[in-house]
Amino acid sequence: MGARLRTVHYLEVADLACVRGGRAVFRDLSFRLARGDALIVGGPNGSGKTSLLRLLAGLLPPAAGTISISAEGTQIADREERAKFIGWLGHYDGAKPQLTPREALRFFARLYGTASDPSLLEVVGLSRSADLPCQYLSAGQKRRLALARLKLCGRPLWLLDEPLASLDASGKALLLNLLRDHLAGGGIAVIATHDPLDLDAARLPLT
Amino acid sequence: MRALGALLVRDVRLAARAGGSAVLALAFFAAVVTLVPFGIGSDAKLLARVAGGVLWVAAVLANLLALDRLFQADYEDGSLDLLALSPLSFEGITVAKMTAHWLTTGLPLTILSPVLALLLNLPATAYTALIVSLLIGTPAVSAIGSVAAALTLSIRRGGLLFPLLVLPLLTPVVIFGAGAVLARLDGVENGAIWLLAAFSVAAVLLAPFVGAAALRLNLSE
Repeated sequence: MGARLRTVHYLEVADLACVRGGRAVFRDLSFRLARGDALIVGGPNGSGKTSLLRLLAGLLPPAAGTISISAEGTQIADREERAKFIGWLGHYDGAKPQLTPREALRFFARLYGTASDPSLLEVVGLSRSADLPCQYLSAGQKRRLALARLKLCGRPLWLLDEPLASLDASGKALLLNLLRDHLAGGGIAVIATHDPLDLDAARLPLT
Repeated sequence: MRALGALLVRDVRLAARAGGSAVLALAFFAAVVTLVPFGIGSDAKLLARVAGGVLWVAAVLANLLALDRLFQADYEDGSLDLLALSPLSFEGITVAKMTAHWLTTGLPLTILSPVLALLLNLPATAYTALIVSLLIGTPAVSAIGSVAAALTLSIRRGGLLFPLLVLPLLTPVVIFGAGAVLARLDGVENGAIWLLAAFSVAAVLLAPFVGAAALRLNLSE
């Protein structure tokens, strides 16, 4: 399923600080994740979980500190270079109301340069709604579509922001399966969540 | 290129589908132009004289309708994050967006313009000048509009700020575009079409870089 993962050997964060709207959200954050590692980021609302993920993705510049990955033998510190290794699952799923899940997946496959895989819709349980415009999908179904997109893009470093939101029990099981698969295949994942997640992972509580 | 094509095709599809911006812009263009004879009377000579200017102003305004949400929709629903993380550069994103906008707005407006010119009694000799000037000038409208849309994408109610930002920049397009039509009517050669072409080429070549800088700025906030 999806494309073969490009290898990221490790993700290293050193003395990272984040400032939002003139206020320091966190600072002196350091950790290192190697292939197959997962990190679960916890903490109350406003503690900077989403900001941390956006920093890691390169969507935000850090106020201080460094984020680097080692991929295919070379050290990469550049933000836009690092972005090409990121699998992103944010609050909003980017599902266009006028497009069907099948069209959306085909678009992302072409955009990310991977082979389109319609069987993924079946894997995430959307085969019955595959040709229904996304405006008729429930929040949970859109989440499942986002999971299919995440899998399809085949990126080695997954950043998941509240991935369990609006998923039902089988959806949560599906997410866990995808995550375990990803980690077993040598991927890395950083997950920001409030919910308990039955996953063998390091914990990082933000305050 | 494949990624750029994918975004281009998606945006054209979104604009063309029900509720998309393409039909809306065309209808607005037709409605404004049809309204003009009601406003200034049915003096055929006067209408023929102002036809070029009216069509150009209406075309620019119709273009703006679809422009202010060009990046905003993607910004609000999270698509822009996914575009930023794709192999496509910010320059590529801007090129795909402005091209899709032109294909779904500028080009259809140009094709519709002779029909509306008929309503305004534009003399047959000026039709070529009208169509050519729109064909050359509307890409500049899409290009400059894309830059302004990238700048205002994170502003709530940016739709109000947007015309104020973009209309002054589009003044040369209207002057040269309508000027080319008038020159043809008067049977003189004033070079307006060449100035329009030069302006358009400069706008289209620069817009991807300025637009990309605006996107970087906005995403880093």
